[in-house]
Amino acid sequence: MHRFASPARFLRLAGAVQPWLAGGTLVLMALGLYLALFDSPPDYQQGESVRIMYIHVPAAWMALFVYACIAVASASLLVWRHPLAGLFAKASAPIGAGFTFLALVTGSLWGKPMWGTWWVWDARLTSVLILFFLYLGLIALTNAFESPERGQRASAVLALVGSVNLPIIKFSVDWWNTLHQPASITRMGTPAIDPSMLWPLFSMAIAFTLYYFWVVIVRVRGELIEARLRALTRLQTEGR
Amino acid sequence: MTRKRRRLIILLLAMLSLGTATALVLSAFNDNLVFFYSPSQLMKAGLPSDRLVRIGGLVVDGSVQKGPGSRVAFSVTDTNEKVPVVYDGILPDLFREGQGVVVQGRMQPDGSFKAVEVLAKHDEKYMPPEVAEALKQSGEWRRQGGEAGAAAGQKESTTQ
Repeated sequence: MHRFASPARFLRLAGAVQPWLAGGTLVLMALGLYLALFDSPPDYQQGESVRIMYIHVPAAWMALFVYACIAVASASLLVWRHPLAGLFAKASAPIGAGFTFLALVTGSLWGKPMWGTWWVWDARLTSVLILFFLYLGLIALTNAFESPERGQRASAVLALVGSVNLPIIKFSVDWWNTLHQPASITRMGTPAIDPSMLWPLFSMAIAFTLYYFWVVIVRVRGELIEARLRALTRLQTEGR
Repeated sequence: MTRKRRRLIILLLAMLSLGTATALVLSAFNDNLVFFYSPSQLMKAGLPSDRLVRIGGLVVDGSVQKGPGSRVAFSVTDTNEKVPVVYDGILPDLFREGQGVVVQGRMQPDGSFKAVEVLAKHDEKYMPPEVAEALKQSGEWRRQGGEAGAAAGQKESTTQ
């Protein structure tokens, strides 16, 4: 991990990896969407509405995964002061917020025909809404300070405090009774999903993951270039 | 002790105490975090008729009576207790006998439950219609359904 923390090395590596991530995202997204929309069966109870699941479930997974990445980066920023960790967390927050929003909206669209309501205040839905607000809070806090370093450190503290929400979201459907159904894939024993529906789901999940790494690399590169530009401008004005 | 090490230990201690505090708060509010009560819990509590509550369970096979108009009567069970429910309104697509539902409403003095909202609960199983049909024919279906029902009952009893 520490070897990649030098910005120069990161820039070199990112340049090499980025086209592969972009290509992988596009191919798997196209494949996943084709399988999900055309080449998978309707559900025995939900009918065609089951296809919402192929967006909703990967988006919800990513909402948790991106937050976990931010929490790890925040810890490494606070403890080891890695210069890249703060930028990585800053670049990740809007992507995570986007995934969370997507999960909330698609879940709502599925909930109306299936459950009979757009929204209920059960433990799962409420904790995911809190996650969305945490993401917005991270974005706002990072940009609330004059110096970028202080902003990143403040939002790292918030990110770590908010990480207690992750196990709550994951286990909310087991600890309390909720309207939301329990996990289908990560439950004990075999998944409760038919194999014909697993392939489009996994394909979309991998596509979403590659998309995240692709966009986060683009954003961190942008941040690094911006930081360098700031440093150069400062030198120039001081030199005058 | 280096500064990095000290920061790491402070961080771990902070996370530990934060986690403990959260766990304590959540277990203290356990009763308020459940979305619905089971018919058994409702019977035990003996709520007054002006309280709006949600009960969850399975729709009893053969209990659904439709009409007149959009009026529906059915029973909700957790395999121990049964609550008769009356409802006037639109039912969700997934509503059917043997299916999990959550109904919101008030207990009536005559022991029935007048619902103002009926929500269908979806389980974690996804499969194409042909597979469901094959399972039903091979007799695997009942076993699976029984399992799900037992699991639902178990979960409700542990949340008390």
